[in-house]
Amino acid sequence: MDLDALAGCLSSSACLVTQTTSGLIIGMLLFLVAVGLTLIFGVLKVVNFSHGAFYMFGAYFAMTAYQLTGSFALAMLAGAAGTAILGLIFERVFMSRVYGADVLMQLLVCYAFVLIFDDVVRIIWGPEFRSMGMPAAFQVMPLFIAGGVVPPYYLLLIGVALIAAIVLGIGLTRSRIGKVIRAAAHNPGMVSALGINTGLIYGGVFALGGMLAGLAGALAAPVRSLTPGMGFSVLIESFIVTVIGGMGSILGALIGALLLGLIRSFGSLGFPLFTEGLMYLFMVIVLVSKPTGLFGKEAA
Amino acid sequence: MTELEAGRAERLAPVRNGMALQRYRDVLIALIAFAVLASLPLFTGSKALLDFVIRCSAYGLFATSLNLLVGYTGLTSFGHGMFFGLGAYSFGLIMQKLGVPIPVAFVATLAITALIAAVIGAICVRLKEIYFAFVTLAFQMLIHSTILSWASFTGGDQGLRGGIPRPAFFGIDLSNHVHLYVTSCALLILGLLAMRQIAQSPFGFTLRMIRDNAARASFLGIDVWRAKLTVFVLAALFASIGGMVMALFVSGAYPEFAYWTISGEGIFINMLGGVSTFLGPMVGTVLLLLLNDTVTRFTEYHGIVLGVVILFFALGLRKGLLDFVAEWFSRRRDAGEGR
Repeated sequence: MDLDALAGCLSSSACLVTQTTSGLIIGMLLFLVAVGLTLIFGVLKVVNFSHGAFYMFGAYFAMTAYQLTGSFALAMLAGAAGTAILGLIFERVFMSRVYGADVLMQLLVCYAFVLIFDDVVRIIWGPEFRSMGMPAAFQVMPLFIAGGVVPPYYLLLIGVALIAAIVLGIGLTRSRIGKVIRAAAHNPGMVSALGINTGLIYGGVFALGGMLAGLAGALAAPVRSLTPGMGFSVLIESFIVTVIGGMGSILGALIGALLLGLIRSFGSLGFPLFTEGLMYLFMVIVLVSKPTGLFGKEAA
Repeated sequence: MTELEAGRAERLAPVRNGMALQRYRDVLIALIAFAVLASLPLFTGSKALLDFVIRCSAYGLFATSLNLLVGYTGLTSFGHGMFFGLGAYSFGLIMQKLGVPIPVAFVATLAITALIAAVIGAICVRLKEIYFAFVTLAFQMLIHSTILSWASFTGGDQGLRGGIPRPAFFGIDLSNHVHLYVTSCALLILGLLAMRQIAQSPFGFTLRMIRDNAARASFLGIDVWRAKLTVFVLAALFASIGGMVMALFVSGAYPEFAYWTISGEGIFINMLGGVSTFLGPMVGTVLLLLLNDTVTRFTEYHGIVLGVVILFFALGLRKGLLDFVAEWFSRRRDAGEGR
């Protein structure tokens, strides 16, 4: 425990800015993964236990595309589009067979794919740590905000995630497709009776969720190291986010992810050995005081 | 005794006799199974076979205890492996740091497990299905990350090294391979027998009722929360015994024992063997360990093979092997009676 370091940081604006931005990027990446998880759960009523694998694939796709083309934009596109297609196939071929089945069965199918996907990555990209490297466009002088160092790439990352959050929020509440999706989450039988292809919606939502996780992975690729199995800790953290924020709530996912990101970045100063423990502690406190999560509506 | 009570006693008598009879039968089967397993070293000198049985004991206790939660109570725990790891680490640490006799360390580990399981269970058992699964998983990761980061105490990612001292007690010397083997078998058989008694007791049937209809159980005056918490702690104790057997076997404890994949394997073992019969998880354990040993001999990518086998069971058979056999038998019997 190192409370002096924490107090010292809180009283210096430079450190405060640095830690807050690093907390924000952790939070924003978590949000992108968690919002996909919560969306899939809200509509399909399954928890995609293999969601972390999409994050992992997003990162690897982006790295490969970047190495082939040298274009950062194409790398992001490859990460997002590749995982979207993967999500669609995964949902149509496998997950659609276990809707309404036991939770155990759904967990098992996903568990099988966690094992398979990790090994597939190991075969294609090798078991060692890989890194994509920072694109040349972002290898510029970092910005100084109130004395704190902020790499420009962090700003881009936060901006992209924020845009995704806003588009998603508005799209779900305002657009026709968003309304159909919400109707399907509420009463799929009625929606399909009205002549809408619910199978397509399910596949689409799963692809969207996979795409968001893949985008998070692609965005994280320049700043994190890539390894098979990298998705799992992200999955656990994003599940904690959805538990804290309330399952099925996008705003909850955003708030939960940001809180968790800040806990991680400031917690690593004050409690370097117990940073992860802090997150679980926070989750337990929320669960005990409000079992449905901060923004959960009905009984979980 | 009033007439009504007398009548009730009379009506319940056959049920009680039936239960007593079943208990004698279970004890008899346990004795025979133990005799067969314990005499194995007389016939074979194969260390590999005995090692295999010891590993089956450790995982079998763990998987069967998980079935108490998954199969009997309908609590899909995805973090049950934490108690396996907890048992291995507590036992190893107590033996290394305190140097007490093995039975003392055994009981102390059970006490520690019960305490931690009661705290975690009190938070988790209120939650429904998928929340329960993931929050137990989160606790498992918490314990795993604590083991990794508290390196000065637990050895971090290196695990508990330097071996666990195994002083002899009551004439049993666990550093002797055959003694360790017989002790593991005894723990397995005793553990299975105890769990069987729990499953067949009135409490066990209460658990089945909670699984099938928790609301109705609650209306009938059952404290659902307390029953779930009780079985959560009981299952944790047996998982912890499995962990201790494992720690004795490898003479150490490693972070992998507390990693989530142990829980995943436990769930898969249950699926493989089947959750509708008591011995299903035991069959699943043997199958999984055989599968693991065979696959790792041929390829380093055993995740893919294991994943495909899981998919075959989950999407193809849609039930465990013993479930399949039991259903086949009951269908045959029905057909026979129909004629």
